[in-house]
Amino acid sequence: MRTSNPCIAVAILILFPALMFAGTVSGKVTYTGTPVKQKPISMAKEPSCEKQHSTPITTETIVTGANSTLENVVVYISAGADDASAPPQAVTFTQKGCQYIPHVIALHTGQELHVVNGDQTSHNIHPMAKTNPEWNKSQPPGAPPIVQKFDNSEFISVKCQIHPWMHGWFAVLKTNHYSITGDGGAFTLPNLPPGKYTVTAWHEDYGTQTQDVTISGNETKSIDFSFKAKAY
Amino acid sequence: MKNSKEWTFRIVFGCLAFGALSILPASAQDAPDIGPHPAQPLRPMESHIGNFTGHARDAKMDYRRYCAGCHGDLGDGNGENAPWLDPKPRDFTIATFKCRSTPTGTLPTDQDLYDTVNRGIDNSNMPIWNTFTEQQRANLVAYIKTFSPRWEKEKAGEPIKIPAEPPVTMESISHGKFLFTKMECWKCHGPDGKGDGPSAATLTDSKDQPIRPYNFASGGDDSRFKCGSTNRDLYRIFMTGLDGTPMPSFADNIQPNDAWDLVHFLRTLQVNRRSRENEVLKAAGGKIPPYVEKAAQGPVAQPSSGAAGGGK
Repeated sequence: MRTSNPCIAVAILILFPALMFAGTVSGKVTYTGTPVKQKPISMAKEPSCEKQHSTPITTETIVTGANSTLENVVVYISAGADDASAPPQAVTFTQKGCQYIPHVIALHTGQELHVVNGDQTSHNIHPMAKTNPEWNKSQPPGAPPIVQKFDNSEFISVKCQIHPWMHGWFAVLKTNHYSITGDGGAFTLPNLPPGKYTVTAWHEDYGTQTQDVTISGNETKSIDFSFKAKAY
Repeated sequence: MKNSKEWTFRIVFGCLAFGALSILPASAQDAPDIGPHPAQPLRPMESHIGNFTGHARDAKMDYRRYCAGCHGDLGDGNGENAPWLDPKPRDFTIATFKCRSTPTGTLPTDQDLYDTVNRGIDNSNMPIWNTFTEQQRANLVAYIKTFSPRWEKEKAGEPIKIPAEPPVTMESISHGKFLFTKMECWKCHGPDGKGDGPSAATLTDSKDQPIRPYNFASGGDDSRFKCGSTNRDLYRIFMTGLDGTPMPSFADNIQPNDAWDLVHFLRTLQVNRRSRENEVLKAAGGKIPPYVEKAAQGPVAQPSSGAAGGGK
C-alpha cells in the first residue's frame, strides 16, 4: 500500500513549497454492469418527514449518474500525503426530511463534526464505530448540534434507529486531500506537492480500489476508477 | 543389547511422562482447552473496587473456567456456546459496554464492570456471579480489561451526576408522560411501554443482531432492567444510553428534574409491579391527566422542571 517514505514527503514539502509546484489528480468514477435497484422508502410512520418529500425517496446505497458514473465515492490520498493536523473548521452532517444530507461526509481525524437536526422529530445518531469509541445520542427537534471528534481513521456506518431507513457514512481520514464524487462522478485532489501517492477510491457497497500516481511538478494527472456493480 | 534396553526404558518412561502430562493440566484446570490462546502476553491490568485491587494475572483460571465458554478465550464473544445464545455474549475486544455510569462512548468504571458481574444481565444468559469472592470478581474485572487496548489509552468516563430524587407526584408522572411522547421513547418502546413501537421490529444492535426494546409491562415485582432495578438505575440508563444497542443517551437534552419525571412515568408502565408511582397513580384514579405546561410552574412541581419543560 505505502509507496513513499513520509520523511521524503515531508522533506519535499519543506524544500518545495506546495504553491510553487502544486499538482492535481483528477478523474472520474464509473461502474460496469447493472447496479441493483434502490428500494423505495416509506416515511408513512413519520408524517412530518413524509410531507417534506414531493417525489418518492429511495435508499442511497448506490447512486448513479449519466454515462455510468458513480456518486458518493470517497477518493482520497491514502499514502504519501498524511496531513498532521485537522482543519479548524467543522464538518456538518444534517438530518432533514429523515434523510442524511449529505449521505457521505469525509473528515480528518480529530476534526470537529457537527450533527444538526433540521427536522420536527427526534433522531438518534448512532455511528457504528469499530475502532473509535461507539456512541449513540438522542437529538430532539431544536436541540443544539451534537459536536464530536473521531481519533482513528475509519469508515463508520451511521444509523438512526428511530427511523430505520436513515443510513449514512462518516469517512474519517488521515488526510485533507479527499473528494467525494457527486453528479457526474468527478473528483479533484488539488494542491499535491511533487511526490508519489496512493489514491484510494472507497464506495460503501463496492469496496475500495487503489492506484499509484506520481506528481512531478505543476501538472494535472488524470486517473479513473471503475467499479464492478454487484448483482445483489 | 544395551541399546535396546535403553530404548525400552525411553519408550516406557516417555509414555508415562506423556500420560501424566496429558492428565495433569486437565485436572488442574478443569476446563477444556479450546480455541487459540491470546497471541500477546497478558497485559498487567489492575482494577480498583473499594478497598480491593484486582489483578488480571490472578483471574486467568477463573476466566477460562467460568467465562471463556461464552465470551471466548480471546474475549471476543465467540465462545463455544455463543452460537446458541441470544443476546450474544459481550465482545470485550471493542470495550463497548451497556451498563455504565459514564457518558455514551466512554469506558465504564471498574465499579460498573464489577456491578455487572454481581448483578448478572436480566433476560440474558449472564448469571449473577455471587459465588465468587470479592477479590475474585475484582480480578475478573481486571482481566476483562486486558482484551482491548482502549484500557491503556483511555481513562474511564466521568460518572454522570444523579441528583436526589424529588417526591413522586401526579404532576411529575404527567410531565414524564409528556416527555415520553416528546422524546419519542414510544417509537421503539411503544405507547404503553410494551416494546411494540413502530420501529421496534427493525432494531438491531451494533453487531447486526436483532434486539428488542424493553417491555415495561412484562414482569411483576421482581422485574429488573438489564442494568439494575432501582429508580436511580433507570435514571442512569437513559442518561448514559446502552452502548452497542439502539438505546441512545438523552443526557444532552434532558434536565435532571425532567429525567426524574420520566423515571416516575416509566414506573407506571410497569403495571404489574408494586411501586410508589403506581400507588400515587391509583390514588389519583388511575388516569394520567394531560400535561399542561403552566401547571409545572405551580407550587407542587419542581421549578426547574417547569422551566425546562416550558422552554422547549
